[in-house]
Amino acid sequence: MGKVVEKLVYERPKSLTDAHTHYCPGCTHGVSHRLVAEALDELGIRERTIGIAPVGCSVLAYYYFNVDFAEAAHGRAPAMATGMKRANPDRVIFTYQGDGDLAAIGTGEIVHAAGRGENITVIFINNAIYGMTGGQMAPTTLEGQKTTSSPMGRDISIAGHPLKMSELLSTLDGAAYVVRHSLHDVKHIRRARKAILTAFKVQLAGLGFSMVELLSTCCTNWKMDPVESLDWLRDNMVPFYPLGEHKVIDAVKDL
Amino acid sequence: MAKQLWKGNEALAEAAVRAGLVAYFGYPITPQTELLEYLSGRMVRLGRAFLQAESELAAINMVYGAACTGVRTMTSSSSPGISLMQEGLSYMAASEVPVVLVDIMRGGPGLGNIQPSQADYFQVTKTSGHGDFRPLVLAPATVQEAVDLVYEAFDLAEQYRTIVIVVADGNIGQMMEPAEMPPMREINGDRPHWALVGADGRDHRIITSLELGAERLEALNLRLQRKIARVKREQVRWKEDKTDDAEILVVAFGTMGRISTTAAEMAWEKGIRAGVFRPISLFPFPAARLEELSQRVKRILVVEMNAGQMLEDVKLAVGKDYPVEFYGRMGGIVPLPDDVLEAVERVHTEL
Repeated sequence: MGKVVEKLVYERPKSLTDAHTHYCPGCTHGVSHRLVAEALDELGIRERTIGIAPVGCSVLAYYYFNVDFAEAAHGRAPAMATGMKRANPDRVIFTYQGDGDLAAIGTGEIVHAAGRGENITVIFINNAIYGMTGGQMAPTTLEGQKTTSSPMGRDISIAGHPLKMSELLSTLDGAAYVVRHSLHDVKHIRRARKAILTAFKVQLAGLGFSMVELLSTCCTNWKMDPVESLDWLRDNMVPFYPLGEHKVIDAVKDL
Repeated sequence: MAKQLWKGNEALAEAAVRAGLVAYFGYPITPQTELLEYLSGRMVRLGRAFLQAESELAAINMVYGAACTGVRTMTSSSSPGISLMQEGLSYMAASEVPVVLVDIMRGGPGLGNIQPSQADYFQVTKTSGHGDFRPLVLAPATVQEAVDLVYEAFDLAEQYRTIVIVVADGNIGQMMEPAEMPPMREINGDRPHWALVGADGRDHRIITSLELGAERLEALNLRLQRKIARVKREQVRWKEDKTDDAEILVVAFGTMGRISTTAAEMAWEKGIRAGVFRPISLFPFPAARLEELSQRVKRILVVEMNAGQMLEDVKLAVGKDYPVEFYGRMGGIVPLPDDVLEAVERVHTEL
């Protein structure tokens, strides 16, 4: 018998706690949490980071991140992050917000935070639905998509068009890094991971506002199983919400 | 330090700077705006944080964010802006972060006008947001008192981990008066034990207003109620003038307290024994002392620049059978001492 060599290939990032999450089976929040935590670990900034949780499914994110955390009022996380960062420029501040939080009730706060070039990082989870309240239409719900408040499918003549937040924010001079990625397969998750790392580097370099939009699933409220959800995301959301770098200022390319 | 001529809003701003204000966030609104304007230069030159927010809603949430990190922070506004800030106030009350808010009241409801008013009494003392909480509310009658109260407000906010509202009307914000500034305090670099500064060498900390379990939320509420009870025991403040042998007691706060004092002097010259009771803490309301005084005088006259808001607290203090009269003006009309004197004389003829 030869000597057994143990090699650790996978473990929980230091920036996550060992708590069991309340997320539904198949939900991509777990992946997003892990990607953020890996970035904080890799950059060695966990100890000086403060996160801000939204109102929505990830309202309890503060139990899962092993990071100092505050809970914001619905949509106000970018304002809260602004207050924290202005009073503590040497801390790393990030918000974690869903589409109802960021693109509906908090539209004013996110636009002005980006416009000011607020030196914060925003993780934007876009799953095209209100998860926590049970599946209502979101500002990002696709045309024709059925929800509990658009039972015949989103009718553009009634509800108007979905908002493309990355495109919208990329028009603002204060935005340094605004990108959209998807979590529907491993290849895309790896790209998302790299983008989140870059977003925090942007903040560390003091370059201004950074946001990573992550196209995500909601099996429960989409009423699909996890695999169907990932396929639906790929086939319906990705064509409407183009992936890629919507705004990358030159200084970011030098990082 | 010698007395200098100060505009109310600017004096409030300078007093906050001297109290160790680290971060200010606000939004322009008359008649409060000079406070924000003054700090826009003063704070930046001192290397401290100043930001003009996109709305009162954003401003109060920026304050919430800064407050979570344990630094001295404040905002200021006027009546319609305070309405918008109620969301943030409720969250901060539940999170027990210390914060100072200055309200320079104007006429309402709605957009109302920009004249002085005291119609935020309900808003600041009773209805500052959803849920069971009561901010500590202090009402100055002079620029000097405004300076002293805002200077102390930061200590009180930290002592009780509560919201302290300094409420004044547009008169005090806009007028100029001699005032002596308190000494400049060093900014205390130590952060309190609950502050979010990064989980370095310790467990991560959470500041939230969410408690999903009914029993846990009730426990939070019971803790808040105990704190409110403590504030009620320890922070009752008022000022009395000529109450020793008064037969009529005028009860008025802020600017109206000051005008009522002049009216009372005029009444004495006419042989009417009128005293003035001026609550300085609107919450906690000085009910016990007022009840005591009510036994000595024959009649109480409440004077306010509103339709009778503090009047309700006065009636609660003295009981429903006690004769309480009211004189109030609205819409931004500031009664003159003659007007108050007339009201005192009217009450006197009924004795």
